[in-house]
This record gives sequence, structure tokens and C-alpha cells, in this order.
Amino acid sequence: MSNENLISRRGFFMKMGILFNGLVATALTVPIVGYLLSCITRGRANAYLSWVPLGPVSEFPEGETRLATFRNPYVTPTDGKTADTACWVRRIEGEQFQVFAVNCAHLGCPVRWFQQSNLFMCPCHGGAYYQDGSRASGPPERGLFEYPYKVENGLVTIQAGELPTPGASASLVGKKPTCA
Amino acid sequence: MRLIAQIGEWFDRRLQLAAPIREVSEHAVPRNTASWWYVFGSAALVVFLLQIVTGILLALIYVPSGGEAWSSLQALNHDVTLGWFIRALHGWGSNFMVAIVLIHMVQVFLFGAYKFPRELTWIVGVFLLLMTLGMAFSGQVLRFDQDAYWGLGIGASIASRVPIAGPAIVKLMLGGPIIAGATLSRFFALHVFVIPGMLIGFVCLHLLMVLKLGINEWPTPGRLVKKATYTAEYHELTKKDGAPFVPYAVWKDLFFAAFILLAVAACAVYFGPFGPTGRPDPTIIQTAPKPDYFFLWLYALLSLLPPSLETPALLIGPVIVITALLLLPFLSGEGEKSWRRRPIAVLTILLIAISLGTLTHLSGFTPWSPHMNAWSGDPVPERFLHGTTALERQGALVFQVKQCRNCHSLGELGGQRGPSLDSVAVRLTQDQLIRQVIQGGGNMPAYGKNLSPAETTALVAFLETLHPAGQAPARDASRDVVLSDAQEKPPGGKP
Repeated sequence: MSNENLISRRGFFMKMGILFNGLVATALTVPIVGYLLSCITRGRANAYLSWVPLGPVSEFPEGETRLATFRNPYVTPTDGKTADTACWVRRIEGEQFQVFAVNCAHLGCPVRWFQQSNLFMCPCHGGAYYQDGSRASGPPERGLFEYPYKVENGLVTIQAGELPTPGASASLVGKKPTCA
Repeated sequence: MRLIAQIGEWFDRRLQLAAPIREVSEHAVPRNTASWWYVFGSAALVVFLLQIVTGILLALIYVPSGGEAWSSLQALNHDVTLGWFIRALHGWGSNFMVAIVLIHMVQVFLFGAYKFPRELTWIVGVFLLLMTLGMAFSGQVLRFDQDAYWGLGIGASIASRVPIAGPAIVKLMLGGPIIAGATLSRFFALHVFVIPGMLIGFVCLHLLMVLKLGINEWPTPGRLVKKATYTAEYHELTKKDGAPFVPYAVWKDLFFAAFILLAVAACAVYFGPFGPTGRPDPTIIQTAPKPDYFFLWLYALLSLLPPSLETPALLIGPVIVITALLLLPFLSGEGEKSWRRRPIAVLTILLIAISLGTLTHLSGFTPWSPHMNAWSGDPVPERFLHGTTALERQGALVFQVKQCRNCHSLGELGGQRGPSLDSVAVRLTQDQLIRQVIQGGGNMPAYGKNLSPAETTALVAFLETLHPAGQAPARDASRDVVLSDAQEKPPGGKP
């Protein structure tokens, strides 16, 4: 046996020390990454979504589209006004509704409703939508995002809780057939 | 005097820093680099230091809470003595920093300073640019107002388009399902701890390499960089034609840095702080958010790109640009340095500058955005109504009430999203006007369902009056032929 293959006592302890630090660092990484990704993992099973009442059916006249606001179901203590959200409620007739997110399907700017021309228009890049939320013109590649709704005890209730974005829209409107 | 010298000696005995500092400051630089072209790097550093100082001062008052940030900025603007000035310094400092970093980069590129052996200095510089832009964007978020709120929404919409990981990236970016308190907190952590920490580290690396490798010599056309000989040539140059950095070159850096600081302060005093605009209340939807100055070109680009190109451009574009910047020193690490012999380099810079300038200019008046209040706010100019019939006037009313004006201007007032209609009758015949109104197309919504036949008739009658006095409206040529044939043909007829 040559001396080169021998590990000195100090060299061995140094390597063990590095290994020990590596083990501790790995063990600490798990909770740190878990903490960092908690905002994603929590949302996995639609944990952010809840049913939120918008108001009694009588507040929304038939054939009209009105702005409604609600408090986001998931809030943190420092949210302030930012947890208040707006949506457009279109009452077609009876208990038939369409509830649209105010966020344009292009880049999320708030669209405004013009009842005279029955159009939603976006002030940012000029996206326009018809009264049923379908795309009329401009850069959006799709219609407005729609919240699932139900009428419960005379209240219009929607399933909300997440910012609708073009990439994550499946949870919002995917349940509806695109052409009826 | 002797006492100061003694104290200095006492410290240096322990720190032993005087000799290395003297060595660094007196290192020889090529004489012709003591130029006004070589001052931008140090100016960027000085503005960065200003940002650190003013940032800490703002943090004394600012509250990074979704519910209170906006009010704390109001307090800074109106209640705290000179709070407005510190905010203005920080805001203008950020604009100057982005501008100077970009100018520095252009200078380095045109002077070939990224070539061997300074490739890594360039690469670190590219990361410094990205961090500076990151600071600019996160800083805009901390000014937690309406623009910041909807700007985050735009950021989220862009991030969501990443295939598969999009929704997760959005939640990670927002710190939750919506833009709210957690979003502001994490942008605060980014803006105040993460990015500045990295910036300081990378600036030190950048400077260390400038010192170790020496400042880039003034490029001479025809003197080519070769890896085998460059280092020896550079040492020869500094030995033969060198001068100590302090004081030979440093005075220009000092003067320019002071001038820039003065310019930042002058802008701060004259123009004041940026915003905050309206309270970040998502239920107030009467807003048209706009990004800060340095992202305006992107705002313009996003509205001018065809929709189908948007997502690829947004997701692949930055990757291509950053990769190109990082690969640049490896693709052309040797050869000609002087911009006089690098026409493609000069043209590239001109092309980028003109593109960014044009896009920024366009975003100043946003021709692609509808004017949301034009239909009720901009009257139809009198000259378009002079001598019109009752039907045509009814059409003008329909024109306003149906918000056509939001996208179409009359007499230079109104939206520019669609074409101006001042002389539309010259371009389109009656049939074409009816078709366009009812079916839309070419980026115009179809109004068929929203106009009664009577309204359509009136509207088209009004549109047909819109032509210059001396110019006849467009007519269907075939109809003319039919009419003239009927008139000119004598009874019996010739072939």
C-alpha cells in the first residue's frame, strides 16, 4: 500500500464535516422550498375557489349588464382594498345569467360595458367583446372569462377566488361548450 | 495634521489597506481612455449608490402592506418634510440609471470592449442590465397605485402564457391567487433585499474584472484582437503610453458623476415625484393603466403585434435577446474593435434605437386604444352637420350614441383605433358602408345586432356626407355604367 491512498485523520474529518453540512443543508432545503411554493401547492385542488354571493337576483334587471363587486373569498390581513373584485353580471332572462371577469382576455386590463352599442371595450389595446362575452375585435384571442354561477336562495352566486389569466382560464370557463 | 497622520497610521497598521488602494487607484491606463466616452460606467455606479441611499430613506416611512402602502406614499408626498423630494430623487434616479446603463452598454458594444479577454465582464454586465430592469419593474410595483395593480395584472397575463407551468408561475409571482397584500410583500423583498444584494455582488465582480484586465483601450481601426497576442500588446500599450488612473482619468468620471447627480436633482425638483396615481382598488375600473417610461415600448409592441404572434414573441423573444447578448463575446471575441470598421454593429444599434424610440413615441398617444369618453365628450364638428338633412343628422346621433366615435375620429377628435372617417365616403360606396357597419370585419365589431334598420339607414346616410367639398363620394362604378348606358343609348342602339 502506498501512502497516496491513505487518508489522513484531518482530511477525513474535513470531508465528514463537508458531508455533515451537506446533509443539514439538504434537510433545511425541504421546508424552505415547501414554504416558497406554498402559494402554488395550496391552489392545487382549487383551494382558492369558493362560492361568493353577488346580490339578490332583483338587483340585476333582465336584459341588462351591471357591474357587481365582491370580496375575494381568500384574503390575507394586509390585502386592504385589493381583495375587492369587480365583475360584469348579464342577466339574460329569468335565472339565466352570464358573469364575466372585468379582466380583458388579452392582458388583463379592466373592460368597460357600453350598453348603447352592447359592447365591452378595453381601454388598453382596444379589445372589444359582444354582450355575450364573445370576442368582437382587437388583440384578444378569446372571449371574456366567465365565472361559473348559480342562483341560490334568490342570490346570484359565483365561483371565484383566482385572478383570471389567459393561461389559467380553464378553471373558469372550460366547463361550457365553446359552440352551442 | 500630524495627529490625523498618526490616526491614519494606527488604522493602516491594522487594516493594511493603504497600499492596495494606492496601487489600484494609480494603476496605469492607456492615455486615450481618459475620455468623456469612458464615464458612463462610473456614472451608473454613482446613481446606483444614490438609489441605495434614497431607497433606505424611503424605507423609513414606506409600509409594504397592500392596505397601507398607497397611504404611506401619500404621507411621504404631503406630510413628511421633503418626503416628496426623496421620492422624486429615487424615481428620477431609476430612470437615469436605466438610461445610463443602456448608454454604457452601447458604448462598450461599439468600442468592442466585450472582446477577449473581457467576455465575462460583458456577461456580468448583461446580468446587471437585467437586474436594473428588474429593479425598475419591481419599483413600479412598490408604488402600489392603480397603474401598479393593473401592471401586475398584465405581468400575470404574460406569465400565464408559459406552457404548462404558466398558472403556477402566476401564483408564485402573485404570492397567491390574486394581486393583493402578499404580492406587494414579495415584490418588496425582491426590490429591497434580493435584487440589490445580487446587484452589489455583481457590481463588485464587474469592477474587479475591469481592474484586473484593465480598461479597454481606445479602438484603432485595423488593430485586430488576437487571443495569442492581445494581453502582451495591452501591457506594452499601458507601459509605453499609460498614465495613472488617478488623477489622469478620474477627474472626468468625477465631473460627469456630479453632473448626473445634479441632473437627477434638477428633474426631481422641477418635475416632482411619480404618482402615486389612484388607489389600488380593483373595483374602480375607469382606468387605463400604462407602464413606466422604460417599458412603454413593450406596451406599444404588444398592441401592434398580430395576436397570433404575441405569445411566441413574449415568451421566446426575451430568451432570444438574452441568449444573443450572452453569446455575443463568444461569437465575435476576436478581430476588429473599432466601430468604424463594424458597419453591422452600428446598424444594429441604430435599428434597435429607432425601433425602441418609435414604439415609445407611439405609446405617447396610443393610437390603438379606444377613447372611452369620445362618444359623449367629443362633439361632431359643425362643418360636418352644415346643410345636412334630418336623416343625416339622425345618423350623426346614431354615430355618437353607438360609440363609433370611441374608435373613429371626426375632425381629429375621437379614437384612432379605426380609420378617421373625415372622408370615408370617398373610400367606401353606400353598399360597402352598409356591409361594413352590419358585418364589421378588419378589426371592427359587427353592429348588425345592435342597430335597427332605421338606425343603419340614418348612420350610412350621415357617413355618405363625409367627403371633402371638392371631391365626389365613391360610387359603384357598375351602377354608373348602367345608368349612363340607359341615358346615352339612342333608341335602336349602335353596337
